[in-house]
Parts: sequence; structure tokens; C-alpha cells
Amino acid sequence: MSIPERVAVRLRVNGEEAALMVPPYKTLLEVLREDMALTGTKHGCELGESSTCGVLVDGKPFLSCLSMPLDLEGREITTVEGMSADGRSHPLQIAFAELGAAQCGYCTPAMLLTAKALLDRDPHPSRGAIMEAIAGVLCRCTGYLKIFEAVELAASRVGTPAR
Amino acid sequence: MTSSADDLSIVGKSLIKPDAFSKVSGQTKFADDLALPRMIYGRILRSPHPYARILHVETSRARAHPGVLAVLTGDDLPVKFGILPISQDEEALARDRVRYVGDPIAAVAATDEWIADEALDLIEVQFQTLPPVMSIEQAIAGNGEPIHGKSNVHKTVALEFGDTGEAMRAAAHVREDTVFFEGNTHLPMEQHAALAQVAADGKLTLWTSSQTPHYVHRALGKVLEMPMSRIRVIATPNGGGFGGKSDIFSHELVAAKLALVTGRPVKITLTREEVFYAHRGRHPVLMKVKTGFTKDGRITAMQFQSFLDGGGYGSYGVASTYYTGALQATTYAIPRYRFEAVRLFTNKPPCGPKRGHGTPQPRFALETHLDKVAEELGIDPVEIRLRNLPKADSRTVNWLRITSFGLEECINKVVEGSGFLKRRTSMPAGRGLGFAVSCYLSGAGTAIYWNDMPHSEVQLKLDRNGGVSLLCGAIDIGQGSDHILAAIVAEVLGVSLEDIQLTTADTDLTPIDLGSYSSRVTFMAGNAAKAAAENVRDRLFEVAARALQCDRDDLIARDHRIVRRNRPAEGMDFAQAVQLAEADDGVVTGTGSYTPPKLAGPYKGSGVGPSPAYSYSAAVVEVDCDTQTGEVRVPEVWIAHDIGRAINPMLVIGQVEGSVYMALGEALMEEQTFRLGLHKFPSLLEYKSPTALETPIMHTYLVETIDREGPFGAKEAGQGPLLPVIPAVANAIYNALGVRIDEVPITPDKVLKAMNDKAKRVGPKSVPAFDFPPLIDADVPDEWQGK
Amino acid sequence: MLRLPRLRYLRPRTVDEAAEMAAANPGSMFIAGGTDLVPNLKRRQFDVSTLISLNALPAGAAVDGAAKRGLEIRAGATLDELAAHPALDGPFRALAQACALVSTPQVRAMGTLGGNLLVDPRCNYYNQTHSWRKAVGFCMKKDGEICLVARSSPRCWAVSSSDSAPVALALDAQVTLHGAEGTRRIPVAHLYRDDGIDYTNKRRDEVMTTIHFPAVEGRVTSAYWKLRRRPSFDFPILGAAVAITWDDGLVSQARGALGAVGSQPVDITPLLQGLKGTHPDGEAIAGVAEAADKPSRPLDNTDLSHYWRKRMTKVYIERALREACGLAPLEGRLTAQVKASAT
Repeated sequence: MSIPERVAVRLRVNGEEAALMVPPYKTLLEVLREDMALTGTKHGCELGESSTCGVLVDGKPFLSCLSMPLDLEGREITTVEGMSADGRSHPLQIAFAELGAAQCGYCTPAMLLTAKALLDRDPHPSRGAIMEAIAGVLCRCTGYLKIFEAVELAASRVGTPAR
Repeated sequence: MTSSADDLSIVGKSLIKPDAFSKVSGQTKFADDLALPRMIYGRILRSPHPYARILHVETSRARAHPGVLAVLTGDDLPVKFGILPISQDEEALARDRVRYVGDPIAAVAATDEWIADEALDLIEVQFQTLPPVMSIEQAIAGNGEPIHGKSNVHKTVALEFGDTGEAMRAAAHVREDTVFFEGNTHLPMEQHAALAQVAADGKLTLWTSSQTPHYVHRALGKVLEMPMSRIRVIATPNGGGFGGKSDIFSHELVAAKLALVTGRPVKITLTREEVFYAHRGRHPVLMKVKTGFTKDGRITAMQFQSFLDGGGYGSYGVASTYYTGALQATTYAIPRYRFEAVRLFTNKPPCGPKRGHGTPQPRFALETHLDKVAEELGIDPVEIRLRNLPKADSRTVNWLRITSFGLEECINKVVEGSGFLKRRTSMPAGRGLGFAVSCYLSGAGTAIYWNDMPHSEVQLKLDRNGGVSLLCGAIDIGQGSDHILAAIVAEVLGVSLEDIQLTTADTDLTPIDLGSYSSRVTFMAGNAAKAAAENVRDRLFEVAARALQCDRDDLIARDHRIVRRNRPAEGMDFAQAVQLAEADDGVVTGTGSYTPPKLAGPYKGSGVGPSPAYSYSAAVVEVDCDTQTGEVRVPEVWIAHDIGRAINPMLVIGQVEGSVYMALGEALMEEQTFRLGLHKFPSLLEYKSPTALETPIMHTYLVETIDREGPFGAKEAGQGPLLPVIPAVANAIYNALGVRIDEVPITPDKVLKAMNDKAKRVGPKSVPAFDFPPLIDADVPDEWQGK
Repeated sequence: MLRLPRLRYLRPRTVDEAAEMAAANPGSMFIAGGTDLVPNLKRRQFDVSTLISLNALPAGAAVDGAAKRGLEIRAGATLDELAAHPALDGPFRALAQACALVSTPQVRAMGTLGGNLLVDPRCNYYNQTHSWRKAVGFCMKKDGEICLVARSSPRCWAVSSSDSAPVALALDAQVTLHGAEGTRRIPVAHLYRDDGIDYTNKRRDEVMTTIHFPAVEGRVTSAYWKLRRRPSFDFPILGAAVAITWDDGLVSQARGALGAVGSQPVDITPLLQGLKGTHPDGEAIAGVAEAADKPSRPLDNTDLSHYWRKRMTKVYIERALREACGLAPLEGRLTAQVKASAT
């Protein structure tokens, strides 16, 4: 059997269905960035060693560089572009901006999504739980502290009325 | 003009930086995020040998491969280049010899990356391998063909300020130490990328994740043999730099050439492995430090020797070499000083500037050395530093001019904050506290290429509706330089951050800034921005004063208004003033430039080290050591930094925390090691960098000394705070376990080995024999004559 | 960007279909979580023309049964669900510990127990890109003739780098393998082979479907200690798994296994027999641990020095045993599994 040049893949990304024709050996990372122009998802190694390419699949942090699109049909994929809704930034995005938790901003999309997955399951996490949750995303700029603080700030605002 | 904090509405405030929302939304376009119609992909074939002669490169099979549009070899880009005019020793693609595993040899452009990779496999290179030089010792021994020129010695320095030999003989106490600092790398999360496009009229544009677009611009002109006016370089926001993107890289030149050859946009994104080969990171340095003291612990003389393992090319190495000896005397009042250094070529990826450029290694040597001396003299580690501090507004024996000096206050902050003096003698088993101090530059006082022009320039254009366009060559690499520029201009003009529209690092549009390196942007681009803003403000004041019938010196700009100082009701809106000025004399623009004062001393080599101002830092580090395994964890760090003035305290603290993080990585795990001529582990998994779980509690203290030459008194923050942390870790381990690890990184196997060692030490025993050139007996400033 | 080789991607709906596809396609491999295989393929560590995804197979509960009558774990259960699974809170706690210590939260969310048990043995001459391996000279595990870590060795010394494998061995687990020619259930002890290349007895068409843990009689305690440089990302450079069966406060059975000291998990049960019939105190445990490190023979092909890793073996056996015996961690020592806590 020969290797097909392209196969049909139907992905649900940020709540929108997309029907694509892509090579079957392209990872989700490549499809998001190259076939869907969702370049908010970054890459630092393509080997699962930095998690810079992190996205959410059914609300869980996944590595897009190791995920095969055909296996993700029917599942809900969230990228950083899907974090804001109705033109409003997610509380985590606001907290990251306010506290300077994004320096170069390269690990930021993966950090935000990983933190979102945490807050969605544990709205008021301890510092230790935050450290555990983001331990899979490398950051070289911040020393992580501002990121912890931003997650805590966002958590403190969840459930409080918007200002 | 100095401003008190009360007068300031933006400077000094922890405001959200202008690019923050772009970054948290994923909208920031890094170089690899760019794509153009008809874009093709470039890949580079790299040397599999640490050292070899290239006999033949056969590209016909690669050229014939379907989907391949171009193949380049060294003959297509024969002009040599290098970041320093003195070290023009690199080729975009090697022609005659390869000098490290990863040295570029050939390049292809193809319609996709699969095809490009296949084409690389079809290029056949015939090599004659040469015996590789993989260490300082091998480089000095020099058996075999020198890597460049007539020997493996790239650069030597031999300077003496005052007769140190005489002072050593007279000293009450003399100690000598030998230590080693292994090389490590920047590891920015973003892999370098460049995209080149040639317009129909032949003009070339290169987007690149570079800290130094101006230098890339110059190199492109030279290597492509094109007028710089036909080349546009746009630096994209850097996904981390740390010095790793401040050189000129093969892939930038190759992408440009491939675009010229094919007429198609060409993108090259390095793989993570290639980033390790691009390197230009921390030099491995072997050091010997010998110091004479009075019996109460005052330094009478110091002799410092460094041996730098430079890798295969020059890069910034001449500067790195001087930096290993430059800042000893800005931290301590050293009356007589001898500095000898040699940088050697080896067959490894070239080393260059990483955060702290050339100074973390001697800082590690000096601060561990002082701790040992303090113990021998029965003085506490804090006191011995305090007894040797230089003074504000002074010159060092090697002619470096100190302006503001906040080190003593930094020391007090961390010593008090941590309870260092009391707690260090009563730590529980396996626990220890260590202390160290440091100094760094706020921008190099001399440019990389010799010229009399400014180091930084800013142009402003005021919009008749009150908006301000700010153009500057500086590029934000995550440190927040966009914010600094915008905040300074907004402060001077009395408008808000949102009114400032930034255009940065585009050689067609923006005036020169030399780049985001050497901690220079806040100080130099900040001063240029301030001058530009004052320039346009003066013009607005002139027209406003006429309209208000008052003296222009009576006016201030604040809250989008230009008003009389003591009668704020009398005034006009900022936009109204712009309209008056525009009606009066056309488009309202202003420029500002910054040229650092000429500070170099009267000796050869004095160009490296001078800076218009120095930052200071002090740190206390606590360690928790596992006495069975030798593992070391850092639970808490106290760090104080003399920032001059914090333009944005939140961003400064971010730089300090990031520096502490990077220092802990270097102290405990990060290292580039080589085996069989290859980088042992060019991957993010095996090159160990700390994770979120290793983050200590950090107590950050900002000390403000309002430097007279910094913009609003500001000094640097990006690099200095890294420096004291590494020796403080080593000193803390000694406090905890009584062992000295005179070698960075301090890995658990070394700690355990030292614990079982009779001398309770792991580290180099000696430096290799090397004939340094005769010492240059340099003049010393008047205040040090006869001391 | 590092990319996968061009390949076909098949998605069978039943285990039989998967096994048949594998039998029919000589250049194929199974993929589940992909966290080990995809990076290895991007580095061209295998020549593969077809991937057969196990992710479209019917998925039942992750865990079935209970300690008293034995547990069955679906091989496709993800590491993160097992790390937090209440059924693994008792006698089989070491398995939950091992799953929780694998790499990163992202990898644990994607990776499966079956995949972790079958992690391709690692070596820092082998887990490198194609161009790096070409430069150093290919090793026998892929494309070459010799072992680069032991040049005169006739065999490959790649290191078993699974966290769950030593635990499965210590807990005396069995696995069900479902192949084109039928289904078989074998002890984990028979799953592995002491060879860095042919490291399992699983045939290439066999899908691991279930991991079985035996019914527990009496009280069983277990513990897993993992040595690695960083508390996230890193593979084990040593793993110590122990399981103690208690009878009236005395040890009636002591089992143990080491990970990452050779090409397969190494059973140290015979070396723990000194604990039998005793109520072990710290001194007894230290004595047993001292001797139980004998089978640990690390080579210079992982992170950190192999001398140090050898020395750590008894330390980690001691720590695992102390935990399983309910003794407090030793004074003045880091407990590597206690994470840095801030504020």
C-alpha cells in the first residue's frame, strides 16, 4: 500500500469544525500552524521536551507536537486563540498581562492553557498544585514566580464579579 | 534633570507593558510564525566531524531531487564575516575546513521540509578528518593543524596596574585558588528562525529573530556584496535571547541568498539541535585567582588568570576574554591588579555572550575565593566585602568610572532579610546559607565597530490627534524594552502609554540602536528616547508659551495637557499644542540620540569594561543538601539589585527573578559537554534546565541610587542579578556540608565525591603552563598612584 | 521543524483487526499515546511505513476489580488517570506513584500504562537525531554494528527506562497479549528480555490489552522511588520498587525490582529475603539495602555518572523499603519525592 498524500480530517478547534485535507503524518502542531494559521501554538523542540506546543484536548493539557490529528476527531481542541471569548480576555490572560508573567511570550500560550486546565478542575489551587500543574512547561525568562502569582491572581478573581 | 518620584506619573510605576496583551493572546508574531505566499523552506547540511578538511562537495543528486529549487555551497557565499571587525573568521557555509560538529557546509531550498531533508541526505561531502582539539589543554599543546592561523591561541591579554608582585610579597596574607566554570548555553524557548523575501525590484527583506538587527544588516551587505540600502532587516520579537541571538548566523545569510537565487520567499527555522550548534554561549573558563590581604582583610593586590575555551570561531570572544578580568575592580577597591587571559580555539560550537557576558565565571572564582579568605582570617563573609568596597564617583585602578554605587545597601538588604549572620552558624544538618555580591555594566561604552556615531537613536512623530509614533532600532527580547521606550516618552510628554505607537527594529524605518545586548537598551535607548521626547516637548512648549503668553520654562506636560506649572488651569490639551506646532512649522517630529561618554583608560584593551554606569547586586542563597546523595535544592533566595531607578518595578523584578532562575540552572545543572567530538546531548530533555518545581521562594529588593547619567536615573537589570547567585550557591554548600565544589555546575556526584574526599573538595588542581605575553605595565589613575 | 517520516496511519476498531493489520504490514508499529514513539520516529530511530493506532479501539473502564480479588488495568489507561485512581491507593500504591512520576502532566495525560511498560530502552548514544547518530557513527540498535557505550560488547546496552515496569515486576503482575494467532497471558517477569534491542517477548503483532495484578491476601504495602535530575520531564536513571506482604506485623513476603540499571527491570526479590519473618527496623533495612544493589550495573549512557548511579542504588532501595515499612524518612536528608513547596 502506498502512503496517501493527504487524508480528510475533521477537527473541532476552539468550538469550530474544520474539514481539512492533510498528510496523515502531520502532527496536530503542524496542522494547527500550517494548515489552520493558528500560530499562537508554538514549538520549542517538537519532541515533547518543552511543552511549548501545549494545547487542550477535552480540557486536558496535551502536546500538539506528539498528537496525531486522525485520533483527535470528535474531540474538543483548545488553543490560545480560543481562550478569549466574545472579545474578552480570559482572567488568566489578564492576570498574566498585569503581573508581567509573559516576558518573551513564547511559552505563554502553553502556560495559559495549562493553567486554564488546572483552574477548570481546581478553581482555587494551592501554590504546590500550581507548581505541579505547570511543571511540564519550560520557561527560560521568568523563573516561574510571576506565573505562579498570575495563576493565583486569576483564581482569586474567579467567581467575583467582573470589574 | 532629576525628577523626584512624586513628579512622575508613568516612570516608577508597575504598569502593563505595551506588548503584554499581544503576547497573552498568542498574536505576537515570532519569526517562524510568519508565512508568505509561495514560501519555500531552507535546510542546512552540517559537519559530522569536529575538525576536517572539505575535499569535495557533490550536490548534483540533491539538485536533481524533485521539489528542490536551489542548493548552495560555500563557494556561493565566499565572503568572510564575524561580529567583531577583528574576528572576521566565519563563512556562511564552510569552504575549506569545518571546525565543529554542526558547522554549516551546504544548504538547500525545497518546496517542503521533507524534501529539503531528503536533499540534504543526497549531498555527498568528502572529508579529510583532522585530529580534533576538545579542551583547553589540548589547544595549548597544539599538536596538529591549528584551528585558525598559526596557533590555537585566539587572543591573549597581559595587563598590570601597579606592581602586584611587590604587593604580594608585602601582604600579610596571600591565597591562591583555581576553579573551573563549565560552558553552558542560552536555551531560548524559541528556536532561531529567519524568513527572506526578494521583491520584484530586487530589494531583499529579512525577518529574523535577532537581538542585533543592525549587525545582521551590516553582515548581509558585506557577505551578499549588496548595498545596505537594498537590504531591509526586520527583527521579530525574540522568544528569548539571553545573548544567544546577538551574533550573525549562517541561516540568516543562507536564507537571504536562497531567496535571491530562487526568487521565492525562503524560511529557515533551526531545529533544537541546531540551536545548540549555533550556541555563542557561556565560555568554559579555567581560572586562577591570587590575592594579597592585610591582616584585617583589606585587599592589597590581585592577580587573575583566565583560560577560555572559545570553540571554533572568534565570535565575541575578544570581548569575552577582556570581560573575564574587567569587573573585579568595580566590585572591590583593588589597589594593584594584574590580569592575564588567553582565549583558545577548540573544535566545539563557538562561544560568545550569554547573560553576564564573560563575568559569571570570574565572579564565581572571586566570590568563592573571598569566602575562603574570610574564614582563614576569621572575618565573616559580609565584613570582608564591606571592608573592600569602592566608593561612588570614583575610578578603579583599571580606569573604570563608577558613578552611583548601591552595593552596600544591597548587602544590608539581603543580610538583614535572610538573617544571614545569625542563621549561618546554626543551620540544621544539610542546610546552609551562602553570600556573594557582584557588579555589571549598563551597556558597553564602546561600539562593536569603531565609529563616532551614537549608540542609540530614537525618532518621534506627533499626530495631530495626540498620538505619538516612536521609532527605534531596539528589539524587545522579552525584557520589556518596548515598555521602557514608551514609558519614558509618555512621561516626558505627559501622555499615556496607550498614546505611544511603537515601531522597532526595522532598518528601513527605525533609526539605529546597536541591539539588545550588554544590558544597554534601558540606559542608552532610554536616554535617546528621553532626548527625543524633550526635543519635541520643547517645540510644543514654544508654541504653547506663545499662545498662553507665558514663559516656556513655566510650562509642564502632564495628563495630556500642557499647563503652567503653578497655574494648572491655564493651559491647553496636548493635541491642541501639537496642532499649533503643526500649523506653525509643519510635521512635528523630533529625534534623540545617545552616545556614551568616552571613558576608556590609556592602555590597549581599555575599550572592554567601561560603561556609563554599573549596576550592583548582592545575594544570599539557602541550600538544602541530601547528605546521602549529594543532591542540592535551593529553597530560598534573597537578592538585592541596585537598579538606579526602576522605570517599571514589576519588569525589573521580572528580570531579577529570571536572572536568579538562570543562575540556579547554571550553578546546579546546566552544562555543555562533549564526547567523541560531539555535543553530548543537544536536546531540551538532556540539557537540564530547571522546571517550575525547582523554583525557590525569592525575596527581591530593589535599591534605587538615581544614577546621574541614566534615563531618570535608571541602570540595568537584565544581567547583573544573575552574577552573585552562582557563587552564593557554592558558598552555601560549603556552609551546609563543609565541602568546596570549585567547579560549576555543582552536580550531586561532585558533592558526594567531595564529601568522601580527604581535602573535602572537587575542582581543578592547577592551570596549564602557558607563556603569556610580557605584561603591559599600564598607568593607573592618580588616586591609585603609589598605593 | 522536526517532522515524522512519511507514513500511513491506520485506525483499527477492534484488537483483532489491529493484530491482523500488524501481521499484514511488516513495516508497521502500534501507536497509543505516542509520547515515546513519536519523538523516536522524528529522530528516525525506527524505519516505519505504517502506524497502527490503538486509539480507536473500544475503551472500557481504566481499572476493574479490587485488591482483594485482583485488579485488571486496561493497557490503554492513561498514566494520569492511574496516578489518581482510588483503586491504586492501597496495596498497589507503588504503581500510582510510578505513573505520577512519569515525565510531565502533558505526557501523563497522553501516555498509557501499556506504552510505559513497553518504552523503548534508552541510551544517550541512541536517543538522538539521525544526523547526530550518523556523525558519531551509528550504533547496533539502529543502523550500526557496535555498541558505543561498550565497544567490544556483542549486545546492546540500552537502558530500560520505564517507571511502571519495576513496579509491575515487584507486584508480580501479568499481562495479556492479543495477537493475530491468539491471546496469551504471561507474567511480567517473562515479558522482558535482557537486551537493549529485543527487549520484550511480545511479538510485533501482539497488542498488550490488560495488566493483571494478583489478589492480595493480608496486608500489602508498596513503594516506588525514582532517581532523576529534575522533578519533571526526566526519565528514571534509577528506579526502586518494593512490595511487602505483612502477616501479623511481620514481613511474610518481600519483593522488589530495580529500573534503569540494565536493559530490563531487574528482580531483587531474592536479595530482600533477609526481611522475611522480621519487623524490620532502620538498621535491618539499611543492611538489606546494602547487599541488594548487587545486580545494579549502570553504564555511562544516561544522565549523570554511572559510578554515582551505582552508589545511589542502595540508597534508593533503602528509601523505598523504609517507606513501604512505614518508617519516617531519614533525618537531615532530602526526600526527593517531596516537592519544593513555596510560601
